[in-house]
Amino acid sequence: MTNDWAALGYLVAAILFILGLKRLSRPRTAVRGNQYGAAGMLVAVLVTLTDNSIIGFGWIIGGVILGAAVGVLLAVRVQMTAMPELVALFNGFGGGASVLVAAASYTQAVDLFGDTARLSSSAALASLIGAVTFTGSLVAFAKLREALRWSGFKGITVLSGLGAVAAVVLGVLMVVDAQNALWLWLLVGVGAVLGLLVVVPIGGADMPVVIALLNSLSGMAAVAAGFVLDNSLLIIAGSLVGASGLILTQIMCVAMNRTLLAVMFSPAPTGAGGDDVDDIYAGKVRSTSADDVAMLLESSERVAIVPGYGLAVAQAQHAVRDLMRRLQDRGVEVVFGIHPVAGRMPGHMNVLLAEAEVSYERLVEMDDINPTFEQTDVTIVIGANDVVNPVARTDPSSPIAGMPILDVDKSDVVVVIKRSLSPGFAKIANPLFAADNALMLFGDGREAVVEITKSLQSL
Amino acid sequence: MELLIAVTLLVLAVFLGVELITKVPPTLHTPLMSGSNAISGITIVGALLAAGADHSTFTAVLGFVAVTMAMINVVGGFLVTHRMLHMFGPKRRRAPADQADTDGDGS
Repeated sequence: MTNDWAALGYLVAAILFILGLKRLSRPRTAVRGNQYGAAGMLVAVLVTLTDNSIIGFGWIIGGVILGAAVGVLLAVRVQMTAMPELVALFNGFGGGASVLVAAASYTQAVDLFGDTARLSSSAALASLIGAVTFTGSLVAFAKLREALRWSGFKGITVLSGLGAVAAVVLGVLMVVDAQNALWLWLLVGVGAVLGLLVVVPIGGADMPVVIALLNSLSGMAAVAAGFVLDNSLLIIAGSLVGASGLILTQIMCVAMNRTLLAVMFSPAPTGAGGDDVDDIYAGKVRSTSADDVAMLLESSERVAIVPGYGLAVAQAQHAVRDLMRRLQDRGVEVVFGIHPVAGRMPGHMNVLLAEAEVSYERLVEMDDINPTFEQTDVTIVIGANDVVNPVARTDPSSPIAGMPILDVDKSDVVVVIKRSLSPGFAKIANPLFAADNALMLFGDGREAVVEITKSLQSL
Repeated sequence: MELLIAVTLLVLAVFLGVELITKVPPTLHTPLMSGSNAISGITIVGALLAAGADHSTFTAVLGFVAVTMAMINVVGGFLVTHRMLHMFGPKRRRAPADQADTDGDGS
């Protein structure tokens, strides 16, 4: 009887998760949606605590208090610019928990009831996916913090392939040679190494894809743990997360015109760099000053701002907000053009600008803003490079050929705020910088914007 | 639970997830990701069972670590999502700035 009540409680939790995700997809209901999700989790935890098989509460209380304290601390102290690495870190903990859950319940179940093919195969999947998620997320975390700059060695993908084969072999051994916990732990080890090998070579602009994929994997690890425990709620909630992560992964890949396999297993596309760079830029790059930009903006009717990862690095979101308000006070229309993969995770720019209290209605998606650049007087590019490189449209042999870009070069004037002419992640020159209608404003993103705002004030 | 029922649940939930998420605007991608990430901490259910089962010290310790990790994921995930979404909230929009609006996008 108690089991039936527990199942009903889990059903309530599943419904709350579904309603929560639905509400998370609209700006006006998103806060409520997140609360539904949290409520669902609370229900799930309370229902689980009534389970007959729980005898001692010591370990539980200790883990709950410790985990909650660390979680609160991390969530409260994080800066919005560091959001990608925090999400990666949380993701890793979720994957790690799934591994341990699978290992603990597999050990228990084998001792109590003996092994079955279903039990060991789902435990194999849970420990493999969970371990890949755990180390993969930690590597992503370290790379995003720039604590890890190593991007592997030649032939690392071959090693990953061998690791994948080893994982399959171990999985089969686990099913065939039941009762032997050794295979499980070996599988966890191989999964951990595999997560490392796969994520280490990926970096920079490919990060949004990796984060989205790891998000999906953490859901799948929960699904597999659900099969080990025979628990419907884990299967449902894990599948929802797995599906949502996959959709985001897909959206990111489309926005970069690359396939998931290309992101994961072929090194990032890189241009020749060196020689042709001088030809492209020589004598054609015009640099400007904050005063001149302020005068340009002053006489504009419509200004577009295109931010990239450099905005996050320079912490320029508040400065940009001030510039926007100053211009709006003068009757200039200001919009932001957001490329789907700008930044290091999906929606990164939107979060930063929201932190600076820029209304989300001002943030215009790529497909919507592109037709309007021709009617835009000035476009300011801050810390973005590859996503505004016209080569993607014009040169089929370029590594970024076919990638959808923001057509900033079609506006009357483009002001590019950048430290130097150094290339972006794709390591290719950007002819935009040498275009007739382009002006370079060299310097730190935040300082440059502050300067422009000041100059506007004195006009 | 019968295997076939479990697989049915899995497949239906994946379809449901796809339907729910497909229409999310890019503005909400980050909060959606951290919110769904917190939901993937549902594995805490298994962690609690493992930590409380009193089967052996070994499994209890595994359970303890799993509860800690899952709690970080769940509590931190929902909290940080709340912080982020709060910034998107309509009431924090600065009215005067948007009055200079000329594009008639509804604000």
